[in-house]
Amino acid sequence: MRWGMVVDLDRCTGCQACVVTCKAENNVPVVPPEHAHAGRLMLWMEVIPEVEGEFPNVRARFIPRPCQQCDSPPCVKVCPVQAMTKSPEGIVSHVFARCIGCRFCVQACPYGVTHFNWQAPRWPGDLREALNPDMAVRPTGVVEMCDFCAHRLQHAREHARAEGHEVRGEGDYVPACVQACPARALIFGDLDDPGTEAARLARGPRAYRMLEDLGTAPKVFYLKEG
Amino acid sequence: MAGPTQQRELRDQEEAVLFAPVLGTTRRFWLGAAPLLALTLWGMYAYTLQLRYGLGVTGLNRPVAWGFYIVNFVFFIGISHAGTLISAILRLCKAEWRRPITRAAEAITVLVLFFGLGSIIMDLGRPDRLFYVLQYGRLQSPLLWDVTSITTYLTGSSLYLYLPLIPDLALVRDRATGWRRTLYTFLALGWRGTPGQHRRLERGIAVMAVLVIPVAISVHTVVSWVFSMTLQPMWKSTIFGPYFVTGAIFSGIAALIISMAAVRRAYRLENYLKPVHFNGLSLLLMVMSLLWFYFTFAEHMTAYYGGELGEAMVLFAKVTGRYAPEFWAMVVLNFVIPMAILANRRTRTVAGCVVASASVVVGMWLERYLIVVPTLANPRLPYERGFYAPTWVEVSITAGAVAFFILLYMVFTKLFPIISIWEVREGREGLQEAHERMAGYLPGPVEPAAPAAPAPTAARG
Repeated sequence: MRWGMVVDLDRCTGCQACVVTCKAENNVPVVPPEHAHAGRLMLWMEVIPEVEGEFPNVRARFIPRPCQQCDSPPCVKVCPVQAMTKSPEGIVSHVFARCIGCRFCVQACPYGVTHFNWQAPRWPGDLREALNPDMAVRPTGVVEMCDFCAHRLQHAREHARAEGHEVRGEGDYVPACVQACPARALIFGDLDDPGTEAARLARGPRAYRMLEDLGTAPKVFYLKEG
Repeated sequence: MAGPTQQRELRDQEEAVLFAPVLGTTRRFWLGAAPLLALTLWGMYAYTLQLRYGLGVTGLNRPVAWGFYIVNFVFFIGISHAGTLISAILRLCKAEWRRPITRAAEAITVLVLFFGLGSIIMDLGRPDRLFYVLQYGRLQSPLLWDVTSITTYLTGSSLYLYLPLIPDLALVRDRATGWRRTLYTFLALGWRGTPGQHRRLERGIAVMAVLVIPVAISVHTVVSWVFSMTLQPMWKSTIFGPYFVTGAIFSGIAALIISMAAVRRAYRLENYLKPVHFNGLSLLLMVMSLLWFYFTFAEHMTAYYGGELGEAMVLFAKVTGRYAPEFWAMVVLNFVIPMAILANRRTRTVAGCVVASASVVVGMWLERYLIVVPTLANPRLPYERGFYAPTWVEVSITAGAVAFFILLYMVFTKLFPIISIWEVREGREGLQEAHERMAGYLPGPVEPAAPAAPAPTAARG
């Protein structure tokens, strides 16, 4: 099993449903505007608008960017306390309770997807009531990042065990963003199983990975616009 | 010829100036210490705010998640190369002019290392979990190499400071009274100056001098590897190890010259720290300035010529972009000013050396800043473009750390003789030996050539 995600840039409408879902699913704190402007926005999943060309020949496109879940993750190598880990199924996740907040992983990651809690986390108004009980909240001073909703994989395992089978490469387990995407631009599955849609698309001619030549071997594949 | 008693009286008169700071404290000392103490307390106050509200009180952000604290870390660890390394090299080379400077140098190393380690703790989001580094340490992480290497260096250089201090501690013990006498009696470890003790001490010092050199070099090498082991543009560089070591020795010598000038002025040590000592060190400083320039040039030239997009973004941000004022200030402070002053014998005075050294210390801090920040502000992916400006908290903590270091150094000069008294004595007693050693470098007398070619058997006789 090697979980991976495919992002079809042709299908992404930039609606940000994935961004909002991710925030809710993972209890990502709300950052007040003045801190957000200072560059401290926390979005485990972010839709980056990219504008190409000069007016009037402008083309905008949207690039959803979760953690790239590298097979050779630079963040895991540099972590001094083994808080960044890679599971046997390839999921890179972070043990918040052990993080000492040195931010070495932030420096090492070429994709800019690790986030630091610069201040005490906030969930204004009713948001506190809506915290997801499956996900730990993080204190001030630790790093956090997307881990393909690994807690959902735990649930999927329990369900599968109850039903008397293993977690299947497709369908049993998807991260929240994938589930929420109305345009079906995000496809998730086992990359090692050639039968899954994710594996098939990741091998297709449109597939590329971010900063592929760095050798980090991400498990998030992008499909070029056709 | 003066008799032995007369000679001892003369020596005591001469050395009175060395014992004076240890045996008594003037009002001037307190006047100097007060503002430093105030700055230290102010810095500590700023840190309590950071502890309470998190690193959000700094100017750090995404992508510039490392700033002043990491710059200070690299800078302080760099300054620590002043001492032990320079002193060890001069000792091993039997450079006679080292005698009055080694102590001042070694003290810098030990004291400033605490600030290097301290800067790392300042930078942590969760300093309460510091010991997880020991408990769950991951050997592949360059940060763990730092911890290992710096603690080894701290232990080694503390020993290397302490060993040559023992005979001086005994000298102070014999002059001090009250609690000080108890303290020095304890610290002097029963030193009586017997030939056997001397032999063992000299051997210990020699062993430590050899040991601390590779450790010192490893320290700044692994500090550089914190950066160059990542994939980030203009960090991923093979010359970072030697480049950092060079910069460290460079800034270390500068700090040493400043501290020597300060104690010379404060304790009237003109008789011990002479222009010739400043001259020697400033020549070393000049060599390091040239070496630093060479490394800096090579580092930026390769980035420019290759023109890889990520590297070019960082390079131009430094050379012509947002960081250009700091960049060119760094070149002027680290190269133009010291070379202009020190290359000319007329300006290579004590005052000139101090000006050049102050320029280098500031310039090397800027160099560390320019290594850390521009790369982080210009990551490979074009989506985040950062800006970093420190807040008053970071500035206060930095100022507090510098003030605290100077304060500790001042306290050190009050507790221990800042000039190695016994080594200076030894130098004087060893004049004859030094003379013979120098004579040994020269060609010996040549046997007059034999007039005719004699038989081999005859030549042997």
